[in-house]
Amino acid sequence: MSLPPFQTVVDVHGATVLRVCRALLGPVDAQDAWSETFLSALTAYPALPADANVQAWLVTIAHRKAVDALRARSRAPVPLAHLPDRPPPPVPTPDDDLWAAVAALPDRQRQAVAYHHVLGLPFREVAELTGGTVAAARRASADGIAALRRSRIRSSSTLQETP
Amino acid sequence: MTSADTRTDLHTALDRGLADDLAGLRAALAADAERSGLLDVGYDIVDTPIGALLVAATGQGVVRVAFAREDHDQVLAELAATIGPRILRAPAAVAVAAGQLDEYLRGRRHGFDLPLDLRVSGFRQQVLTALRGIGYGATRSYAEIAAVTGSPRAVRAVGTACARNPLPLLIPCHRVVRADGSPGSYLGGAEVKRALLALEAA
Repeated sequence: MSLPPFQTVVDVHGATVLRVCRALLGPVDAQDAWSETFLSALTAYPALPADANVQAWLVTIAHRKAVDALRARSRAPVPLAHLPDRPPPPVPTPDDDLWAAVAALPDRQRQAVAYHHVLGLPFREVAELTGGTVAAARRASADGIAALRRSRIRSSSTLQETP
Repeated sequence: MTSADTRTDLHTALDRGLADDLAGLRAALAADAERSGLLDVGYDIVDTPIGALLVAATGQGVVRVAFAREDHDQVLAELAATIGPRILRAPAAVAVAAGQLDEYLRGRRHGFDLPLDLRVSGFRQQVLTALRGIGYGATRSYAEIAAVTGSPRAVRAVGTACARNPLPLLIPCHRVVRADGSPGSYLGGAEVKRALLALEAA
């Protein structure tokens, strides 16, 4: 039993990891985090046990990269140097309000929403990733969704959007 | 606006433009990995007049050319097991080789100028070395190659070594034919062998 070619890992998990990075960092910074996660994973890949849970392994790396990115952001609120060959940032989307609301969540709530609602991890695994208790992870996830819902109601009432 | 609506909005936002971003990120990952020397093997699958060819290279040179009928996924799994699992589709890693193969298959090139990473030894290596001495448009019989290697009775072993050539086309096992002049077997299929011999005879 040997490891499959790393290309298989990218094919199977690439989209999921990008969704999680987007939830944690927004659509622009998510791209750097994705690149750093997969370069880091590629480097360490030969040492991965053949029976390892590959998604859990990648999400752990992505979690660390996202925490680093948030730290760097709070230290120096200037754009990070882009990796070479990085695709251009996406054009403004109809979701900008939602992204702003996600970005405004406390880190713990945003992480809990990303890992529970986006990835579908049980709260026990969310708590393992973020630290803290299972109950705290459950609360952070519920509070996060509630806060997003309130901000959606506010933005749709100000913009008179049709639902 | 319920919690369920909020979650739906979130999933919609997370997926918008995801495929496009992902395509760019995957290409950048392969290019970065190749530049940083992180890859055990970089490969591409190229369309050619004789079907899809897998072309794979290490830092040393081209390590594998495989026909579609060999099952490319299986070939990549073997490379992961024998060379290393850090394998990505990285067109830049094999662009020169793919270009030369395309020129050859269109009749515009008679020889290859590529570094090869030939991981065979012993008698198999002797056979492949002998094959590299057969010029474009020429053919040899299995017995003649056996004689060149100094083991004139090893005709079957020559056939086996040809059938297990990791670098078909680049090392021209298609130029080895049966004593009666019929093409004999070929990893890419007898039809492809016939087509290659016809191409070189034109």
